[in-house]
Amino acid sequence: MRRVYSLYSTSVGKKYTMAVSGAIFVLFVIVHMFGNLKVYLGPEAFNHYAEGLREFGEPFLGYEWFLWVFRAGLVAFLLIHTVAAWQTSRQSWAARGQKYKKQEKLVFHYASRTMRWGGVALLLFVVYHILHLTTGTLHPDFVPGDAYHNFVTGFRSVPVVAAYTLAMIALGLHLYHGIWSAFQTMGLDGPRTKRWRMPMALAVSLIVVLVNLSFPVAVYTGILQ
Amino acid sequence: MKLKLHVWRQAGPSERGRFVTYDTDASEHMSFLEMLDVVNEELESNGEEPIVFDSDCREGICGTCGMVINGRPHGPWKRTTVCQLHMREYGDGDEIWVEPWRADGFPVQRDLMVDRSAFDRIVAAGGYISVRTGSAPDANAIAVEQVDAEKSMDAASCIGCGACVAACPNASAMLFTSAKAAHLNLLPQGQPERYGRVLDMILTMEAEQFGTCTNHGACENACPKEIKIDVIAMLNRDYMKALLKAS
Repeated sequence: MRRVYSLYSTSVGKKYTMAVSGAIFVLFVIVHMFGNLKVYLGPEAFNHYAEGLREFGEPFLGYEWFLWVFRAGLVAFLLIHTVAAWQTSRQSWAARGQKYKKQEKLVFHYASRTMRWGGVALLLFVVYHILHLTTGTLHPDFVPGDAYHNFVTGFRSVPVVAAYTLAMIALGLHLYHGIWSAFQTMGLDGPRTKRWRMPMALAVSLIVVLVNLSFPVAVYTGILQ
Repeated sequence: MKLKLHVWRQAGPSERGRFVTYDTDASEHMSFLEMLDVVNEELESNGEEPIVFDSDCREGICGTCGMVINGRPHGPWKRTTVCQLHMREYGDGDEIWVEPWRADGFPVQRDLMVDRSAFDRIVAAGGYISVRTGSAPDANAIAVEQVDAEKSMDAASCIGCGACVAACPNASAMLFTSAKAAHLNLLPQGQPERYGRVLDMILTMEAEQFGTCTNHGACENACPKEIKIDVIAMLNRDYMKALLKAS
């Protein structure tokens, strides 16, 4: 326990926890994207997949047990990620009381400058996304158990598609900087790693963003009915 | 060439500072600091306080000088400290904004001069090796791999000017701290104290008023010695190893 505390007591350690929790979310968005690709196989396949998430682990586990453990895990990692981000951000904001009159942007790329507001935007989006397609609270025509119907009717509104598009742009920037950064933060920069970590981060974030954006586009153009 | 300078003037650490505008006539053959020297001579002859700034070797190797010029530490030239920046960069009628390093870890003493003793405390915490003194050891008595020797020399080229902190959007001192740790940690002589050094230097850095590294990379782009963020990754890696060993 002392080791965990001493890890977390410095900003270097806080960033380790952000890198590890971030890596879990990277895996999550990739799995989430693959799951959603089932929507192209039609209503039956997609609803079967959605129900499968609830039945996962049966008969060893009860109905929805896995799903709730999984959700609890995600919330725990989200807390770790957010608290560490908040604490390191505060330390950084406090480190430059007097701002520059002129400051050239010398950063490697734009994405790193979006991490804080982008992270807040993603957090708000996750809340909206759950109220929209999980609980149906903000859905105009939510049918419990019919994930395909909720999916397709949910994307028939322009403001909703606009919100999802903005969220995916924020996600792409957050993923790109987050993925290569996690390698740097955990000290993974061997000659080979260093060569592919940025291109790999770009590829993963582009694939996730483009595939996820294909869903509202497919609904909007009538490919998914 | 006629120039309009906007220079940060601050009478003391706890005084409020402000920009003061000066018109000056500079030659393209002057260095940036010589241009300021000329401004100061004029100020003194008018009975005004000269602009205070740090400088020493004026050949780009000591790390004493440093100021933010039009938003860029050490000015627009790459691999260059401000003493090696020359006025041929500028043209007639240019406006130049000159500010001190802005970081709470580097409190302004006067005008463009900041207190960088936080860096000294970080080095004192672990930026050394403990050896018996006496006659010089035989050269090559300890074999060092060429690759490690090169990496170590790259890290050791840090002159401690503070441009990395000044450029960092978070005012983080990670590039400096990790360069000072890396040049020893890459050599055999640095191994016995390696992990204690890493913990002590990081804890001292944290105790100063610096921000946290978010891998923006601005430090690498601002460093007049072009030290790469590879040294930061190495420090991160050694920090985890140090914690595992400490238990």
